[in-house]
Amino acid sequence: MENLVEVRDLKVEATTDSGRRVEIIKGVSLDIAPGEIVALIGESGSGKTTIALTLMGYTRSGCSISGGTVRIAGKDMVTLSERERAGIRGTEVAYVPQSAAAAFNPAQRIIEQVVEVTRIHRLMPAEEARQKAVELFRALSLPNPETIGGRYPHQVSGGQLQRLSAAMALIGDPRLVIFDEPTTALDVTTQIEVLRAFKSVMKKGGISGVYVSHDLAVVAQIADRIVVLRNGEVQEVGATADILTRAQHPYTRELLAAFEPKPRGEETVVEERKVLLEIKGLSAGYGPIQADGQPLVRAVQDVSLTVEKGRNLGIIGESGCGKSTLARAIAGILPASSGTILFDKSELEGSVRQRSRDHLREMQIVFQYADTALNPAKSIEEILGRPLMFYHGMKGKQRDSRIDQLLDMVHLPKTLRHRRPQELSGGQKQRVNFARALAAEPKLIICDEVTSALDTVVAAAIIELLKELQRELSLSYIFISHDLSVVEAICDEIVVMYGGRKVEEITPAVLKAPQHPYSKLLFSSVPRLDPSWLDTLELDPELVTTYGHR
Amino acid sequence: MSTYVLNLIAVRLLIAALTLLIVSFAVFFATAMLPGDTATILLGQAATPEAVAGLRTAMHLDDPAYLRFLRWLGGFLSGDLGTSYVNNVAVADLIGGRFINTMRLAGITTLFSVPLALTLGITAAMFRGSLYDRAVTILTIGVISIPEFMVATSAVLVFSVYLKWLPALSFANDVTSVWQMLQVYAMPVISLTFVVAAQMIRMTRAAVIDTINTPYVETALLKGASRPRMVLRHALPNAVGPIVNAVALSLSYLVGGVIIVETIFNYPGIAKLMVDGVATRDLPLIQSCAMIFCIGYLSLITLADIIAILANPRLR
Amino acid sequence: MTQSATLSQKFGYRFSWVGMIGLSIMLFWGIIALIAPHIIPHPVGEIVDEDYFGAISSRFWLGSDYLGRDMLSRILMGARYTVGISLAAVSIACFCGVVLGMTAAVVGGWLDAALSRFLDAMNSIPGKLSGLVVVAAVGSSITVLIVTLAVIYTPGAYRFARALAVNINTMDYITVARTRGEGIFYIIRSEILPNITGPVLADLGLRFVFIVLLLSGLSFLGLGVQPPYADWGALVHENVGGLPFGAPAVIVPSLAIASLTISVNLLIDNLPQKIRDRNA
Repeated sequence: MENLVEVRDLKVEATTDSGRRVEIIKGVSLDIAPGEIVALIGESGSGKTTIALTLMGYTRSGCSISGGTVRIAGKDMVTLSERERAGIRGTEVAYVPQSAAAAFNPAQRIIEQVVEVTRIHRLMPAEEARQKAVELFRALSLPNPETIGGRYPHQVSGGQLQRLSAAMALIGDPRLVIFDEPTTALDVTTQIEVLRAFKSVMKKGGISGVYVSHDLAVVAQIADRIVVLRNGEVQEVGATADILTRAQHPYTRELLAAFEPKPRGEETVVEERKVLLEIKGLSAGYGPIQADGQPLVRAVQDVSLTVEKGRNLGIIGESGCGKSTLARAIAGILPASSGTILFDKSELEGSVRQRSRDHLREMQIVFQYADTALNPAKSIEEILGRPLMFYHGMKGKQRDSRIDQLLDMVHLPKTLRHRRPQELSGGQKQRVNFARALAAEPKLIICDEVTSALDTVVAAAIIELLKELQRELSLSYIFISHDLSVVEAICDEIVVMYGGRKVEEITPAVLKAPQHPYSKLLFSSVPRLDPSWLDTLELDPELVTTYGHR
Repeated sequence: MSTYVLNLIAVRLLIAALTLLIVSFAVFFATAMLPGDTATILLGQAATPEAVAGLRTAMHLDDPAYLRFLRWLGGFLSGDLGTSYVNNVAVADLIGGRFINTMRLAGITTLFSVPLALTLGITAAMFRGSLYDRAVTILTIGVISIPEFMVATSAVLVFSVYLKWLPALSFANDVTSVWQMLQVYAMPVISLTFVVAAQMIRMTRAAVIDTINTPYVETALLKGASRPRMVLRHALPNAVGPIVNAVALSLSYLVGGVIIVETIFNYPGIAKLMVDGVATRDLPLIQSCAMIFCIGYLSLITLADIIAILANPRLR
Repeated sequence: MTQSATLSQKFGYRFSWVGMIGLSIMLFWGIIALIAPHIIPHPVGEIVDEDYFGAISSRFWLGSDYLGRDMLSRILMGARYTVGISLAAVSIACFCGVVLGMTAAVVGGWLDAALSRFLDAMNSIPGKLSGLVVVAAVGSSITVLIVTLAVIYTPGAYRFARALAVNINTMDYITVARTRGEGIFYIIRSEILPNITGPVLADLGLRFVFIVLLLSGLSFLGLGVQPPYADWGALVHENVGGLPFGAPAVIVPSLAIASLTISVNLLIDNLPQKIRDRNA
């Protein structure tokens, strides 16, 4: 059978800030058969989105195709005129973006945008297009398919918008649909529904697809074949089952290894179990204080928890559950509106400004985005030197040697000390971030989604580093994440949050299975590497409607 | 319209009122509190101390500052603009007809410059990076970089001195035919249009380019939309707020432009009146003219803000 | 203005050739302003030409003015006033604006609200109008001009710096500094200031252009720099009678202003994106 897509020796160049041309796609070839779904998988910077966009004959600004051919049904997208390409876009190849919220025009009703393809290419009368859109809404199991199109994009939820953007792509009956990380921005409980909807319409219509993702487990559910990319080159191509079970390339194996559940292992043996942090009835939020003394928006309500010396507490929940607000309240960035925080036997003031320097020193916080957590105008040396000076009064030689030590502790070469943050990779930046926290010699480090912005392999290495540091320095961590596998890998206790409240506390060493219905839903929604996971997964529909983020 | 939107508009109007209060405060104190005794100005350096003291009492100059401010503001709001120091005529009478002349000049300029600027700004953004875009950009940088009087004097040089098409001076009072009207208004309007439109083109282009760089316009491109469709249907509706703001801000350059243009062309408007007033230090006249200009500017900005609120789809 | 030049050397950014031309013209006028008294061919006040509004000749390179004084000398000396007054005013305006803006952004609360409301109100008085009002009240000396121009452009500098600082203030590294227990002064000086210097310098350039234009406008109306001194705007004002003859005495000062302002604008427009708006 002839292939629908044939990419041969594709090369794409990009212009850097300093005006140099660099090759970011270095001779990629791939085929897609009619009705087949091929996944492009790789880390950030692997070129997966760039390749996917060339299938529409499009490159983002600053990039251009410098060689090779991209044939869609025999037509080479590289050599076509812009007008001819426009004729193919939407009718033969269509695109589902990563963030549907940004991809919808905020000034137009949804239905207008969904049927726009039929209008641009004059495919069918308006009324027929509207009927077809409603059918698609139904097929994608959207609620109120008849009326949802009449709304504006800001009036529907993220999961719904993502499915609506699929409808927008499918209305022109394309032969190939490109999905660009379409579920990455969604919560796990929402992701399942969206994935199911995508899979069923694609199979029913026999449409070919390109599924771009960094998540092997998601890709395993939907793709027939997987293309593993790195630095703009194909590492390995194979059928999904083969890649998952018999990967040949070392890089693929590394990706798979990062996925394997690494349980906490042997529980940290602490001779004497002492409470380090105890929180009672903590509430916090935003907006003006109301008559009852609580803020208008209550992000965290009545949460109590304890952290013991040398042990780790995980806090897990979906976006908007209040976990980050909780972290900020504990750290004193957002003073709690009520409740008490006992740290190392003394009660802490609500706000950073009122806390003693020693209390501040002993509790450090590390943020998700290393990019914004490090001042771009300062060298690594200055960044690490400031807390040494501030807390310990270190100067000159003493400080220099301590900076070297700190860099060594987080496994960074000493030569990095004169660099600036923007010259470092994401993983390196996150290590500097930890080194700065360690410089204070804390007892407790609050980690707010510290691995979420990192690629899987890099994230796994950071987790290993954290474990190692804990063994050496007898630290405690509060580990906040939406990613269950990360939390399971490092925590002794896990708190599940929903709607600003703590719904359950689990001690994996004692009892692994969650009891609360929301925890059950959350835990079972995490995709597994098994390709049959999605098809065999059964979720209680009542649970989904109660707790799912629509 | 939701109560939320109404609230936003009410807040906007409140801010405008507060701003006007601060502005009038600044105008009053800049003129009345700074050194240079009013009574001495009026009577001249040779006046006897008794005469000066008498006048001070008559003009309430010895009252506390806030009282004088309140009295002045109250008078202004009720239409009593005070009496000119120079010729003892009510300021309101001096301003009267000249105010209409200035409004006419500003109105005609707006009528020309807004459509011109929007067309050039939007099309330049639509064909960003093209030769046309670069020509428009360079031309606008040129015009906004030079002083308004240079635009006006160049117009005189070209149309009066070399081409001899138009007279160099304007007299709006003895207009009897369309041809005369054209002659009178042509050069002031051309000069002002240049000044205002250059600003407007730049800001409009920037506003449209901002929205062209959004993911939803990329989505339209990937649906196969043509460039004009992307800009007109997807970028423009979202750029209404910024564009209206650009128009309002640019029209505020009318104030600066009008002052220069009326002086050069000897056009009988309030800006010319004010400049003459500065030469004779006629403070009540200057205060009133300044307040009129400030109110005009504030109304423009507030109107633009309200339109931007109404145009925001997220508030529908 | 020379700050931008050292900035480019420090970071090693490449300028486009258009930017280089702008920079050269700027530096040219800067140097002229410094050395003018030593290079003028004739004393500025002396009547040297028997003709008034004399044409360009080998003796008077830029012709003569309405009294028969040498225009070249008057232009060269005029650079002192135009560049000097504007530079002084823009420095004061940007210094006050940036200090207030950063403080408002970091402190927040009522101080920020009050300061922003007040300065925004001041900003809504058109520049030329404020100039006229102040000149009417206190007359115009060079000191008054500098202070007035600085006051007129402080609110704009404040608004710009505050917007930049508010963006930086939301960064996690500021939160990290706050949770470390750092004071406001350290946060402003060490965490915020180094991240906004590039855009602030570019803004300073733009504001310099506005000030040159406003000063020239006031002088053109006869309300700016007063005789015996004369900036470029005043030169146009005193020679405007030569306009009907297209005399060089009225055209050349205009061109001088345009060359200065256009070159600053060209330089800023061609600055590398990184310097111009690094607000992330």
